[in-house]
Amino acid sequence: MIDWQPLLLTFKLALITTGLLFLIAVPIAYWLAHTKSKIKPILETLVSMPLVLPPTVLGFYLLIAFSPANTFGNWLDTYMGLRLLFSFEGLVFASVLYSLPFMVHPIQAGFSNLNPAITEASYVLGKSKTTTLFKVLLPNIKPSLLTGIVLSFAHTIGEFGVVLMIGGNIPGKTKVASIAIYDEVETLNYATANWYSIILFAITFSILLLVYLINGGYLKRFWK
Amino acid sequence: MIQIALQKKLYAATGEMLLDINLQIEQGKLVTLYGSSGTGKTSILRMIAGLLPADAGTITVHQKTWLNTTAGICLKPQQRKTGFVFQEYALFPNMTVKENLLFALEKNQDKQIVKELIEIIELEDLQDRKPNDLSGGQKQRVALARALVRKPEILMLDEPLSALDKKMRIKLQDYILKVHKKFNVTTLLISHDISEVIKMSDSVFMIENGKITQQGKPVEVFTSKMVSGKFQFTGEIIDIKKEDVIYIVTVLIGADFVKIIAEENEIQTMAIGDPVLVTPKTFNPLLQKIH
Repeated sequence: MIDWQPLLLTFKLALITTGLLFLIAVPIAYWLAHTKSKIKPILETLVSMPLVLPPTVLGFYLLIAFSPANTFGNWLDTYMGLRLLFSFEGLVFASVLYSLPFMVHPIQAGFSNLNPAITEASYVLGKSKTTTLFKVLLPNIKPSLLTGIVLSFAHTIGEFGVVLMIGGNIPGKTKVASIAIYDEVETLNYATANWYSIILFAITFSILLLVYLINGGYLKRFWK
Repeated sequence: MIQIALQKKLYAATGEMLLDINLQIEQGKLVTLYGSSGTGKTSILRMIAGLLPADAGTITVHQKTWLNTTAGICLKPQQRKTGFVFQEYALFPNMTVKENLLFALEKNQDKQIVKELIEIIELEDLQDRKPNDLSGGQKQRVALARALVRKPEILMLDEPLSALDKKMRIKLQDYILKVHKKFNVTTLLISHDISEVIKMSDSVFMIENGKITQQGKPVEVFTSKMVSGKFQFTGEIIDIKKEDVIYIVTVLIGADFVKIIAEENEIQTMAIGDPVLVTPKTFNPLLQKIH
């Protein structure tokens, strides 16, 4: 029988990453969609970098940065008590960076596509920016939020390069499903690798299918 | 009394344009800004609402300063008590009709006003629908009601009726007049429909290229000389037909067609599509082109 731990770890990582990303990405996307600042292109580029950068590059620099032998890594270790190298916390940090564009882009597009008049209408009605964000803007970009959440979740499940670079292969801590598959293939355990693969395939397929069904309005029609 | 003086450099399709206007509006009046598109009418409303910064100017509403660029005062849109009806309605799609109105309530404001407005604007049957399931006219009624929930000191309507057909327009004009009278709210309306301006407003400011070129009572502004008569209607020429020595002009007034006899010298300056004023002269109605 296969070891379920890597799969559980994968979903734990994906869940935590997605949750944190959502909290981080909403303000970033809101700012990017509304700002006229000159540094916008730079920030947009930085957010999008993980799309084109080999994960190993990101992993490599994180490896250097987190190393307790370096200033930043040392500072984290001494003052925050955080060891991000070869630990679950480190994986979460790396995953958040790595999946950032998958969360920010759909939400930013959602904000940009909203009719600016509804924001103005809310301001004229005396509502603050925060009230407008939570009561008017976010509820009207639900499909974008869902897309962002699901893409980040699915993308984190599929992560390999970054995890390998800074997480390694520690069972129960950093050995996620994609690493486990690689590990099993290395030791010629094709059957086990196949199981992991099929499960990952089925789950990611279902998740994406669900998004398309919801955003396409198919489910609503079905229930009606 | 509402006093507005605004200056702003605008970038219109025809190039740079300096908007420079000075308006005084008496409390409780309905005032129209009239002019072709691209003359800065919408920008004026947006500056009053605080949605567009002015380069220089002052806005004083009942002795309260909303804007004074020399003193560095500029209230945020949230702090100005305005009601704004956007051309494209701008209803919140995630809320029902009733929720759109409830959202507009201020803290601790009595909810009764929402119920009252829904009744006035005859939306009882539609109050649980979402805006996307409403027709254009219904959406505009909701937008009008929503703008009134806060009891604004000035209600602004940015060409609220331009997207609607004639019949719906007339109905909505009546709604606007009804709430204007009922709440005694100072109202600023943008329109480029002369009959609408004449029907609705106490006074009109004609705006060309960012400047006010004429102001006064609508009929006086639109007709070159004073006309006396027991009745007068504005309409649009639909057809001109020659019959022997006279002409028969078909005029569309509201949703009705009227055939009026005219002589050749009267008809010379008129063409199909021209707006006209219809007044009686002895026994026959008299046609007069309006500018």
